Amino acid sequence: MNVTQLSVFLENKPGRLQNTLRILYENNINIIALTISETSDYGVLRMIVNDPDKAQQVLKAENITSRMTDVLAIEIDDRPGSLYRVIDTFSRKDMNIEYMYAFPGKKDSKSVMIFRFDNIEAAKNALAAEGYTIVKKIDLIGE
Amino acid sequence: MIFNKEFELMPEKKMKELQLERIKRTVHHAYNNCPFYKKKYDAAGFHPDQLKTLGDLRRIPFQMKQEMRDNYPFGLFAVPLSKVVRVHSSSGTTGNATVVGYTKNDIDVFAEVVARSLAAAGADENDIVQVGFGYGLFTGGLGLHYGSERLGAMTVPISAGNTDRQLMLIKDYGTTVLVCTPSFALNIADYIEKKRPDYDIRATKLRIGVFGAEPWSESMRREIEARLGIKAYDIYGLSEVIGPGVSSECSEKSGLHVNEDHFYVEIIDPETGEVLPEGEKGEIVYTSLTKEAFPNIRYRSRDITRLYHDGCKCGRTLVKMDKVTGRSDDMLIIRGVNVFPSQIEDVLMAVEGTEPHYQIIVDRKNALDELEVMVEVNERLFSDEVKVLDAFKNRISDRFRSTIGISAKITLVEPMTIARSEGKAKRVIDRRKI
Repeated sequence: MNVTQLSVFLENKPGRLQNTLRILYENNINIIALTISETSDYGVLRMIVNDPDKAQQVLKAENITSRMTDVLAIEIDDRPGSLYRVIDTFSRKDMNIEYMYAFPGKKDSKSVMIFRFDNIEAAKNALAAEGYTIVKKIDLIGE
Repeated sequence: MIFNKEFELMPEKKMKELQLERIKRTVHHAYNNCPFYKKKYDAAGFHPDQLKTLGDLRRIPFQMKQEMRDNYPFGLFAVPLSKVVRVHSSSGTTGNATVVGYTKNDIDVFAEVVARSLAAAGADENDIVQVGFGYGLFTGGLGLHYGSERLGAMTVPISAGNTDRQLMLIKDYGTTVLVCTPSFALNIADYIEKKRPDYDIRATKLRIGVFGAEPWSESMRREIEARLGIKAYDIYGLSEVIGPGVSSECSEKSGLHVNEDHFYVEIIDPETGEVLPEGEKGEIVYTSLTKEAFPNIRYRSRDITRLYHDGCKCGRTLVKMDKVTGRSDDMLIIRGVNVFPSQIEDVLMAVEGTEPHYQIIVDRKNALDELEVMVEVNERLFSDEVKVLDAFKNRISDRFRSTIGISAKITLVEPMTIARSEGKAKRVIDRRKI
């Protein structure tokens, strides 16, 4: 099972991020990981949240555009070279990463990286073949 | 200087006789040679033989821009294509664009009225005329070019844009007359101030500016005159009628003399279509008197102005019109290009996956018009990938350039951020202070 990411469209101006975070807070949505990609006039806020369906629903009620996407969460060792080796796997298979970010919390001595691929299944197979652990939604959200 | 004394100084009564004779000829010509007019006038119960006085013109139904679109491209031509030597066209997609044709004689008329306009602004064969209107389907460049040659002036076909080169030629060639849009003239002044402080425009021979293709105000005139050290004159026209040269200002700079031996003008109430008496403000309607390829018979221009005779000190007896101050429709003129909000909507609809709320903001920055289109991002448009969103923006702006002919800044905004009035968004905000 893949991890569901919720992406939100934000105009690049003061107060917009705050507004989205307020709505999530008021509806008791917890953000597990996030990254923002910005351009001069807009940004895309990408989040892993504990309840993406509810989050999308409450945002929509306040006219905020969002979208759910499957992303790949991978457990890697927290030591030099381990991210390099994951990326190396993708390079060898000629697979392009659309974007990626790190999950801030640690699981034991492991770190979690979030990857977005066009073809998530191919990426999953490539990693599984090399013995990586694909993190499941439940593991990440901790329920 | 008066280029054609016979017509420009013609007594009013004689002019009316000439106009009636020419109107009869034009209406017969259209009726006999273009099936569209025969069908239209037959259906309206009008026959050209009913034209006995200028007042009878009121019996003829108006010519609408939509008819040009419906008969795109050549359906309203009244001569065989073998007689057409040139076409000009407005921007727009099929079904939206308008095409006008010219016979050899029509090109002569066009050159004549532009030559009169340049002469009215004080130019003659000793002048060097730099034509900074765009050359191409737009009537401005070629229209001024032929008119300037007809005047006998040395004509510099530099076309629009490229401010540095404009300045270089003004200095090197000793240009005395600059023709461009008024906003480009202001842009030149800004450019000198910011980027070429060494360039002394007052030390050049430039003395006259002939500006048109956009509405502009007296305050813009004062600013251009002060900053460029020239005298600035308005030239007016519309491609559907012929292009620039339909009317132009004389030395008095108060009102534009209509070349009424070639274009008969009426003012109507845009709501009722009723003809208004001289001096009243309304929509100006054109009937071409000498055109062959594309005759105009009561063409509704949508331009708002008034007509009057004031015994002009320049000596011309030609009727005057005020500078056009507005439109009776929603057309915008952006950098000299006519744009209808519906065209912008077409572009947005044509770009895959869009049916968005949008708003058009027209502003003037550094003297140049800027078009910004704000598009609300709905769930269908949105992607978590920036490259997908940027590609969407680029698709819209590419299509703007290719179909409307102007560049637009596309801004993606959040849903419901565009103000809605009575459930419908306010589509156009024009912030320009003209």
